Amino acid sequence: MAESRTQKPPKGYSVRTLPGFAIVAIFTLITLYAPIAILVTFSFNAGTSMAIWEGFSLRWYQQAVANEAVQDAAVRSLFLALVAASVATVAATMAALATTRTRHFPGKTMIYALINQPLMVPEIVTAVALLIVFAAIKVWTGHTSMIYLIVAHTAFCVPFAYLPIRARLETMDLSLETAAQDLYASRWLTFRRVTLPLMWPGIVAGLMLAFVISLDDVVITEFVKSAGQETLPTYMLGQLRRVVTPEVNAISTVILLAGAILVSLFFRLTSKRG
Amino acid sequence: MIEIDKVTKTFGAGDVAFTALRDVSVTIRENEFFTLLGPSGCGKTTLLRLIAGFEPPTIGAIRLSGRDITRLPPNQRPVNTVFQNYALFPHMSVAGNIAFGLEMLGKPKDEIAKTVDEMLRLVRMEELKHRKTSEISGGQQQRVALARALAPHPEVLLLDEPLSALDLKLRKEMQIELKRLQSETGITFVFVTHDQEEALTMSDRIAVMSGGRILQIGNPREIYERPSERFVANFIGESNFLNGQLSAGSVTLEAGGTFTVQPPQGVADGKVSVLIRPEHVTVAGTGAEGAALTATVENVVYSGEATVAHLKLKTGEAIKARASNLPGASGLLETGAQVGVSVAPGAVTVLVD
Repeated sequence: MAESRTQKPPKGYSVRTLPGFAIVAIFTLITLYAPIAILVTFSFNAGTSMAIWEGFSLRWYQQAVANEAVQDAAVRSLFLALVAASVATVAATMAALATTRTRHFPGKTMIYALINQPLMVPEIVTAVALLIVFAAIKVWTGHTSMIYLIVAHTAFCVPFAYLPIRARLETMDLSLETAAQDLYASRWLTFRRVTLPLMWPGIVAGLMLAFVISLDDVVITEFVKSAGQETLPTYMLGQLRRVVTPEVNAISTVILLAGAILVSLFFRLTSKRG
Repeated sequence: MIEIDKVTKTFGAGDVAFTALRDVSVTIRENEFFTLLGPSGCGKTTLLRLIAGFEPPTIGAIRLSGRDITRLPPNQRPVNTVFQNYALFPHMSVAGNIAFGLEMLGKPKDEIAKTVDEMLRLVRMEELKHRKTSEISGGQQQRVALARALAPHPEVLLLDEPLSALDLKLRKEMQIELKRLQSETGITFVFVTHDQEEALTMSDRIAVMSGGRILQIGNPREIYERPSERFVANFIGESNFLNGQLSAGSVTLEAGGTFTVQPPQGVADGKVSVLIRPEHVTVAGTGAEGAALTATVENVVYSGEATVAHLKLKTGEAIKARASNLPGASGLLETGAQVGVSVAPGAVTVLVD
């Protein structure tokens, strides 16, 4: 028993022995994931009920795919997400370079705040503000194309693209760019041959995150869209107001899958390699 | 030939201004292995960055082979750098790294391929040509960094403490390797280090720096044997500093004994401090022939190849005597013993203080 008397440094609490841990954990997991599990399950229901299981079927997926309104909304959503995420990523890349590859200048913190503003301003406020401005412009010009949605989505996608790109740039060794210049590379060639290839994983990660964020936006889209410009989320919202069929579950499941794949890829890109 | 002409470099302004280099002038000759030696923060790396063009000097001019390059951007200077952390491009292979400078210079493809192979042979890395830089060891990365900087055949190669990340054995190997590369390529090397032994072994000439100034420039022997001031003497090798009286080309130490010296310019007769290297001090028996000084043995330290006796002179000044150990010799010195101390002729150097 002599050994047990030697003082050992106190170890951190094991989560398993924390009082009430299991209850909180189980409750959290159930509230987070049970509804999603139910939603996915009933997307395969053979019947129209959202509560009574009537056997396995892919009829709601078939119905969703055949539904022209769904097709239309899906194409619009993908187009919007692709354009907005791409433009936002280009802007975010430039912003990240400007905020990491320059000496400290007055107002740099202000610029961080400005870039990340969409993360801090409540979405509904942005939505209402955009509604008022865009409504005025629509009346004034009579122009009602997708451009308003693209502009709005691009704006709120910028910080989501910016953060992973900036994180990537900040971990990058600055002496690599110095070395390139030392080896006769001009500023442009230094960027193209050294900076850009090294920040590429950050850019792709930013693009994917912005894409997912745009894809599932409801609030701003609902306020900004003109008549007939339904995206998948606003289409589903419209459907829920009328009759609810497992078709909505099927669409949700597909969006969930797409989001999960993109977010997993995002984490792979941002965690692997230094 | 690089001429650094009265260069001052200040970072920041106002209250946070920091002067890294103060009125530094030095001429580095063609084909020379020139070392900037000093403790961290002495300005040696700043001077290197100024020669490379990564920073402009605040005042002064830099000329390369007579051409003023003070305001030339780094990519237009025929100067390449081996960085302390190597700064190899992680997304390129070993060969890709070495080819980079040549590609940027717009050399034809076949010439690039030829030079890359030649460089790989020069640094003995042929078999690792297609490896990624993350897959090779620190010593190999060091060689790639050297090959990459040498490939465009610059007029000057700048080396910023390139060996500091290597372990002792590898460092010794690379020291020899660097000397070989320098003589084979005939390129001027400007080498930055804080390691005095490295500087003494490798350099043709050394500039000892402290506080943004160059204190002394000379070949290793001059720097070691005739340091101009106490800082240089102290920074390089082991030193004994004693007080004495200079008059008409000879110094009489306060502890006794008169020695002929060559006083440096600007030192007037009167009280001076002198340097005596421990290996030039010999312990003899009391009253032994030629023993000018007497001392008490304080401590004796055996370190394998040599024994160092720490002695106290009658003035209270400390002096160390270092003797190589001969086979079979037994330690005769005992702590507390009174001994005679002799100093080798010409071993007394007067310092500018």
